[in-house]
Amino acid sequence: MPHSEPTDTMSSPQAIKDEPMEDNVAIPGDVAQVANGNDVDMAEKETDLAQDKTKLEELFADMDSDDEFSSSAKPPASSPPVAPISAGDLSQAKASDPEIMRSFYQRLFPWRYLFQWLNHGPTPTNDWTHREFAFTLQNDAYSRFQSYANADLLKKDVIRLVPTRFEIGAVYTTSPRDKKTLRNTSKFQPVGKELCFDIDLTDYDEIRTCCAKTKICNKCWQFITMSIKVIDLALREDFGFKHIMWVYSGRRGAHAWVCDKRARNLDNQKRKAIVGYLELLSGGAQAVKKVNVRRPLHPHISRSLEILRGHFQEDILDAQDPWSTDEQAKKLLQLLPDQTLNDSLKRKWDAAPGRTSTSKWADIDAVAKTGASKNLDSKALLEAKQDIVLEYTYPRLDVLVSKRMDHLLKTPFAVHPGTGRVCVPIDVKNLEEFDPFEVPTVQLLLGEIDSWTGGNDEQSKGIADWEKTSLKPYIDQFRLFINGIIKDEKDVSVKREREDDSMEF
Amino acid sequence: MLRHNHDRIDPKRRNVVDHRRKQFATPQYKSVDYPYRLNFYADAPTADITLEQFEQWAIDRLRVLAELEACSFRNKSPAETATHMKSIIDKYLPLDSNTSSSKIALQRQKDHYSHFILRLAFSSTEDLRRRFTRVETMLFRMRLASDDQNERNSFINSLNLDWCNSVSDEEKAELASELADVSPRRTNIEEETWFKVDWERVPDLVESRRVFVKRGMAYVPGREQSSMITVEFQARLEKQLELTARALPRLDEDDRLTPILNHLSKNFITPDSAYMSGTSAPDGAQISAANIDNLSQHFPACMSHLHRSLRRDAHLKHFGRLQYTLFLKGIGLSLEECLMFWRQGFHKITEEQFNKEYRYNVRHVYGDVGGDANRRGGGYSPYSCQKILTEHPPGPGEAHGCPYRHFSKDNLEALVQAMGVSDSSVLKGIQEDKAKNQHHMACNRVFEHLHQNEIKRAKAEEILSSNQLVTIVHPNEYFKRSYLLKNLDSAADVKMEG
Repeated sequence: MPHSEPTDTMSSPQAIKDEPMEDNVAIPGDVAQVANGNDVDMAEKETDLAQDKTKLEELFADMDSDDEFSSSAKPPASSPPVAPISAGDLSQAKASDPEIMRSFYQRLFPWRYLFQWLNHGPTPTNDWTHREFAFTLQNDAYSRFQSYANADLLKKDVIRLVPTRFEIGAVYTTSPRDKKTLRNTSKFQPVGKELCFDIDLTDYDEIRTCCAKTKICNKCWQFITMSIKVIDLALREDFGFKHIMWVYSGRRGAHAWVCDKRARNLDNQKRKAIVGYLELLSGGAQAVKKVNVRRPLHPHISRSLEILRGHFQEDILDAQDPWSTDEQAKKLLQLLPDQTLNDSLKRKWDAAPGRTSTSKWADIDAVAKTGASKNLDSKALLEAKQDIVLEYTYPRLDVLVSKRMDHLLKTPFAVHPGTGRVCVPIDVKNLEEFDPFEVPTVQLLLGEIDSWTGGNDEQSKGIADWEKTSLKPYIDQFRLFINGIIKDEKDVSVKREREDDSMEF
Repeated sequence: MLRHNHDRIDPKRRNVVDHRRKQFATPQYKSVDYPYRLNFYADAPTADITLEQFEQWAIDRLRVLAELEACSFRNKSPAETATHMKSIIDKYLPLDSNTSSSKIALQRQKDHYSHFILRLAFSSTEDLRRRFTRVETMLFRMRLASDDQNERNSFINSLNLDWCNSVSDEEKAELASELADVSPRRTNIEEETWFKVDWERVPDLVESRRVFVKRGMAYVPGREQSSMITVEFQARLEKQLELTARALPRLDEDDRLTPILNHLSKNFITPDSAYMSGTSAPDGAQISAANIDNLSQHFPACMSHLHRSLRRDAHLKHFGRLQYTLFLKGIGLSLEECLMFWRQGFHKITEEQFNKEYRYNVRHVYGDVGGDANRRGGGYSPYSCQKILTEHPPGPGEAHGCPYRHFSKDNLEALVQAMGVSDSSVLKGIQEDKAKNQHHMACNRVFEHLHQNEIKRAKAEEILSSNQLVTIVHPNEYFKRSYLLKNLDSAADVKMEG
């Protein structure tokens, strides 16, 4: 349990209480300790229980009583289970089913940590109360500029509306909810927002051969893996950011949230500068050569190239095999500078059809060495080859997300309506192990709560629903991340207080 | 100027005796001397000038700024701009170095005063402030570049910028290889002075990867120092303009200055906003969804490519839709027709999907929905070449942008040939323009080639005046002119009637 107060009993559906969140906010230090103590046996319990997913009786004990959440009245503590959804319903239910979504928001979504994360402290500040939230409602209406005095009000509203999508925007000069009442709208300006990045596999459609559009597989997920490596390193090493959270977007991409104070305060121009620094591929569909970098390579580019080279061999040449057909091989030749060399390569490949991309890539150097082209500029060839590696591996960012402060981005731990997968944080330290197909779906998680039978009443009282599921490790990770931010934030404010003190004397 | 009665104290110079009010009375009379050619415009001028001077100096500076802005719209390089501007600056706003002429005090005073007069005129709205800062910064950058080395150094030293630390020799040695990689001319790392600043100070250098960045600090070579100074200038000016805007309503003024100031700011309208009002179609043109295919022969390459892409894929990505919708709006396509055009264009998707994902955006562009300001302003104005060239370069799979800039050589040639250019000398010229980054020159070259007969005739018959044939810097201008030229007979009729 993250907090030791006995008041917080979220363990059984009957006992959900509408307590104000900030009452329960524990001191960050305590959180980490308690969490670590419980980690081990929780994990064991989970594995025991995972096999027992079919027991789903009484899962939705309080599901159909909508009214209790639209009013602020506390639900009767002993409301009996009414018409539970049967086991068959749950496994077949779509993730976008409002009832499924509602129980997810009610029982699993980490509201308290979302609050701590955005608020950077235990009591609500402007960072939270002036923060914009936006919802895509069930009827596809889009409702922007919502804001809440505390996390509990947000939770209530979300459970009432059951949005299919719920996004986080910027912190504004005044509460976004009051925007319409302002006389002078020019005074309503965004003042802070995490620096966000979005990498989406659809941007890779022209170079991935395994899947297209919304489909992904483990082969093309590697594009995301290498992108995260490059971007994460640059943000940490070059810009000195420390609090970077990567989140699986639920289907085919990943988001980054850079939460350092310095990053949150960047204006649009500086966000654009970072994007420009990180962006390499340019030109639309009609530009043949998409990488045009100055030589000597900028330290950031040469470092990225070192990281990407290994991926290029394994994940591009071997796994994607991007130049296997003649048509595809033509694309490769277009990127090489020497016409004579290209002609002899083409002859060679025409003579032996079916060569893999790996061999074709090796052929370039082999044929160059035989002296097929008299005036071969070996430096230009080397640079062209570097450019090709970059074109096929360098991160492709959806830059609009990063450029503007007031851009909205889907919240972490949301459920993707198409796949049902939860947008969980990705552990960058174990990046290679992250498998998008192992990310829990909302249906699985709800099943897990119900099939959980660990401990007697005494023990289970203090255990939140999410702790009974495979969402636990992700939420624990999120918590550790938040602790880091809050600690840094606190250091700054303590320092400021001290300065203030000294001013008095 | 009228001589004052010496017995009376000029109200501006009256001693403020009340100690409580004294702190608010900061703009005390202060005589200013100008030791440097450049000026950060930190202090407002306080001496008297005549009303005539007030107006004349402001107009002169405005001429210079307007011309500078025009240069940036034409996408001129800094060197070209400097050559182009030289005669204009010499005429209206000369500013000589310390060593040269005897008139420097007067020149510098004029520079100082005119800057502050225009601040008053251009602080009222967000848009005006942004444009004023942009052009003033351009002017400052140009002057800084042309300044004498010694004078520049002493000027920079006089600014006392505390955030600029030099990099120690040990650190220089440690980072030698990284620093070498960001010095294009392979200068000696040891000899060059390097500055270490928060990267936020030099966003433009970071954006184009011209500096080495480590742990949030940017290592800036000495020769890029001017870039930092310019950013500082811009930042201070922005802040000052905000303050001016706030003080403006309290400007305790009779009716002498306000009309002048209003007049000044009105004469500084954006060239591309001119299309907002003139969204009417050329006379006699049938602008409807069904007719776009036919009209597309008059489109410039960028729009022609968007049109082709739309017809080929039955889809365009966001910025493609935006750029094309605005253009269509600019040629006079009504909202209803435009919605019909897109609906028919996206024939692979369902009605529901179209309504859900695309209808709103088109309506927003037309100012039919959205915030108050958007609806009142009638939506966005069509993109100028400047905007298309500089904003949002197309990413993978996107068809917007300027083909002369964003296409590869071969694809550009194919597109231009598809538009009907087959003359090899013209094609060669296009590629040369492209290589020199003169994208609008290439576009105008295509225009002139495709309309050569009509232009000849128009000139001969004097249907179009020569200033109707200047360089095109707006896609909608391209269309309008192309349409008129191809329909010269009816244009002539209209002229007769008119």
